[in-house]
Amino acid sequence: MSAPHLDVRYIANLVRLRLTEEEVAELQPQLDHVLSYIEQLDEVNVDGIEPTAHASAVYNVFRADLPRDGFTQEQATANAPHSGNGLFLVPKVVEG
Amino acid sequence: MTLEGLTIAKARRLIQAGELSPVQLVDAVQAAIERTDPAVGGYLSRDYQRARALAEKTDITLPLGGIPVAIKDVINVEGEPCTCASQILQGYVAPYDATVITKLRAAGAIPFGRTNMDEFAMGSSTENSSIQITRNPRDPERIPGGSSGGSAAVVAADEALASLGSDTGGSIRQPAALCGCVGMKPSYGRVSRYGLVAFASSLDQIGPFTHTVEDAALVLQAMAGHDPLDSTSLDLPVPDYSATLNDGVKGLKLGVPKEYFIEGMDSQVEARVRAAIEVYRGLGAEIVEVSLPHTKYAVADYYIIATAEASANLARFDGVRYGKRASAPRDLADHYGRTRGEGFGKEVKRRIILGTYVLSSGYYDAYYLRAQKVRTLIRRDFEEAFQKVDGLLSPTSPVPAFKIGERMADPLQMYLADIFTIAANLAGICGISIPCGDAEVDGKKLPVGLQIMAPAFAEARLLRMARAYETARLA
Repeated sequence: MSAPHLDVRYIANLVRLRLTEEEVAELQPQLDHVLSYIEQLDEVNVDGIEPTAHASAVYNVFRADLPRDGFTQEQATANAPHSGNGLFLVPKVVEG
Repeated sequence: MTLEGLTIAKARRLIQAGELSPVQLVDAVQAAIERTDPAVGGYLSRDYQRARALAEKTDITLPLGGIPVAIKDVINVEGEPCTCASQILQGYVAPYDATVITKLRAAGAIPFGRTNMDEFAMGSSTENSSIQITRNPRDPERIPGGSSGGSAAVVAADEALASLGSDTGGSIRQPAALCGCVGMKPSYGRVSRYGLVAFASSLDQIGPFTHTVEDAALVLQAMAGHDPLDSTSLDLPVPDYSATLNDGVKGLKLGVPKEYFIEGMDSQVEARVRAAIEVYRGLGAEIVEVSLPHTKYAVADYYIIATAEASANLARFDGVRYGKRASAPRDLADHYGRTRGEGFGKEVKRRIILGTYVLSSGYYDAYYLRAQKVRTLIRRDFEEAFQKVDGLLSPTSPVPAFKIGERMADPLQMYLADIFTIAANLAGICGISIPCGDAEVDGKKLPVGLQIMAPAFAEARLLRMARAYETARLA
């Protein structure tokens, strides 16, 4: 089997992470190395084993559907890089 | 008044006897920080005035009345920064209290100071902080462990009576071991994570750093319990942890997992841990060897599951609602790409990329689904072991604190620092690290940690087992 390979540039674009050329050159061999290590899980026989998504077996947790205080508009937008009139301001994304 | 040798239990006795006021205690913390923190670098920020104002009106009859507790910079405290030691959250001010903070306040404690960490809790040495280096209090050339390195260092250096950290793969227990204090990871579901900035949601837990096991019981008591705001916190009664603390280990069966004594581990670490196991034998515990056969897959398993969850959790950092935003974007992709590319550090980028890859179409079954199945096998290892024994004893870390810079070039070497702590998170059980002596390296005495693990929600037993050793050691 060939060594596992992850195309850093391609994945970084999928998750909207702009990388410099230097970062790509550094991350590429490091991640391939980590991936080779991770491949050892292939040795484990997992036939018929149920997956564990999280440790405590609780599902469909409900709480009483009662109104409670939330943030005011002012609190909610206080940490925004750009805001105005109680709204988040973002760059224009739709042309025309 | 000095913080040296002062525990929460002692401070509480002094406060209740009228010999120490909460404001004097804050003054003592300030003096300790001003004296020691320039060399340690454990705190990212601190607000003495705020702490004094809280100290003046604290109710000293409450269980933690007047006790300042330092907080890892990943837990929201209203009105304070919560940067996760990341550039992307510079300037962020928390608009609310995490549930653990609400509970600590209700118990009379004073949340005080923000402690350094690996960015977004990703790392084992606190070197991934984008703000500053934290140094091991025993040797300034060495790391304090991580990711909660600041929280461990400020307690070990007597700059805090206690602190909170978060533990996703060992981030409380490993730094506690390397700095020489007590660090506890409660069971998954024991403590609410509401207000903890999420890294890997199926693994994260909040827990305390303290000088003693007795103090850890006091802090856990204040934080534990169901929270409707965290659906993963279980609605189970919270026992009185202090009530059974001194019951000893006579008649208990303690397992020593053979997979936790591996080739390549430090010989002094092994010697100290083996000596601690003999102490337990002397205290009347029965010691048996057990096997956790899937231990060797835990690190690989973790780096699939934790990075997958992180890649999803960190999608929220989009430069719109909070955090930094790249200036003058050309278009939407440029806005996201540069905001995240400029805001996240290298380790965070590595993990987001790895996590995205293992979840991506065509690889999901081979990596993520397989990892979840291996996780089941790791969990079963513990279930089977705990049918035979009441607790497990092991080293917390295979080595004492390593040197600053030593493992930064090789991420895999850094990941292997958590080899003995990760499985407990995957299985959801509780664990604690307590000091069990020193390893002498280059003329410096570096702390060694003993890890004790117990079944999920057996914190009372875990603390009792830890306390038995602590009492014997301090005697």
